[in-house]
Amino acid sequence: MKLSSKDILGIKELSVEEITLILDTAESFLEVSTREIKKVPTLRGKSVINLFYEPSTRTRTSFEIAAKRLSADTINISASTSSVVKGETLIDTAKNLEAMNPDLIVIRHSAAGAPHMLASLLRQSIINAGDGAHEHPTQALLDMMTIRSRKGRIAGLKVAIVGDISHSRVARSNIHGLTKMGAHVVVAGPATMLPRDVEKLGVVAHSRIAEAIKDADVIMMLRIQTEREKQNLFPSLREYAQYFSLNRTNIALAREDCIVMHPGPVNRGIEISPDIADGPHSVILDQVTNGVAVRMALLYLLTGGSNP
Amino acid sequence: MEQKKVVMDAEGIDRSLTRIASEILEKNKGGEELVLVGIRTGGVFLAERLQKKISRIEGKEIPFGILDITLYRDDLSTSHRKPRLGKTDIPFSLDGRKVVLVDDVLFTGRTIRAAMDALIDFGRPKSIQLAVLIDRGHRELPIRADFVGKNLPSSLWQAVSVNLTEKNGKDEVVIEENA
Repeated sequence: MKLSSKDILGIKELSVEEITLILDTAESFLEVSTREIKKVPTLRGKSVINLFYEPSTRTRTSFEIAAKRLSADTINISASTSSVVKGETLIDTAKNLEAMNPDLIVIRHSAAGAPHMLASLLRQSIINAGDGAHEHPTQALLDMMTIRSRKGRIAGLKVAIVGDISHSRVARSNIHGLTKMGAHVVVAGPATMLPRDVEKLGVVAHSRIAEAIKDADVIMMLRIQTEREKQNLFPSLREYAQYFSLNRTNIALAREDCIVMHPGPVNRGIEISPDIADGPHSVILDQVTNGVAVRMALLYLLTGGSNP
Repeated sequence: MEQKKVVMDAEGIDRSLTRIASEILEKNKGGEELVLVGIRTGGVFLAERLQKKISRIEGKEIPFGILDITLYRDDLSTSHRKPRLGKTDIPFSLDGRKVVLVDDVLFTGRTIRAAMDALIDFGRPKSIQLAVLIDRGHRELPIRADFVGKNLPSSLWQAVSVNLTEKNGKDEVVIEENA
């Protein structure tokens, strides 16, 4: 079995079978990162370009480690140190990179749809590492992998996603993925941060965190982008923390064996209290470990010969 | 025309494995430092059976691991369809151990080349030996087995399959004419 597209642009485009294939492959890749020699020769001679127009530590490092553990060569380009500052357009940058013949391009961009544009213009495989508020498919895949390995399944679980749903590509990708895989997804956040027709995506929306996390198997806390405070989407960080943070008191509403997730970077004491972020329910660091395996799986599945 | 011929039955397979178990112990002068590694998927159940036989003779448990060689294949960049990646599980160090690789059918030798490269990434074994149930010939690389259940001269267009109870519910080796 193989993926139907040359690119990974979003979870929306993936089938249940494709998601399952990616997660199964990623689970097999976990072992490579535990070896003393953390390298396999699979992608020898392939080159991967990480093209990042937005800041990132976790995702970029994760992609780079994934590629290197598969023996691919990686080149990192960040907007601040490239010709972008000289005014080169995305299309020109992409065409120039294509002329150097890499095998795969990973792109993060603040504009939704930027990876889709590259995918249609270039013959290389494109992986979306986050495009605006649209999708962040590799994050959702690593989240689903973490849920599956901790809970043994995804179907039938209650998953609560709490925070700024409107601006979150993590939330959007996870909603697509988790509902496809049969989970019962609920979201909660301030009214200004819930998309008006979010329920059309197949989720239930709540205005209070307590309603969302009640009896939840999985709680996914989103990072509150502190710059949003200036846009008057919520009165103050302090008030946000008071109404929407996950803490020792309200976590008691969730199932006793619930897991707590966060895509990082964590604003400690704002969306999640430190004792929960570091507590026994937290799987935040598992998510990071699984992220490398998911990205190795995608690089493995997408790069290959041209013979059908 | 499709013909199917059983070339080894359940008793035959068991007798071969018993003999191979003894030969492994004879060649290595006992079970000291010995480990068995089965190649996914065909070699895993055979390695498990050999491990039981050897452990019974020696009166102590011989370590047993599973190796998936997919990431070491030499045809990944020419074929577009990706083989499904299985889990590798070698929960012990290979440094200074005598490793016996186990597979069901030895054919071109390419799988064994990949397996040896993989093993060496796990450490520095004292030696690597190869045990196979069937050697059907047609090598493309300079590789030979140390322990062979049965030499089965075959044509390139024939298919040799080892069926095992754990896998397909029945122990038998079958050779088929593929048009």
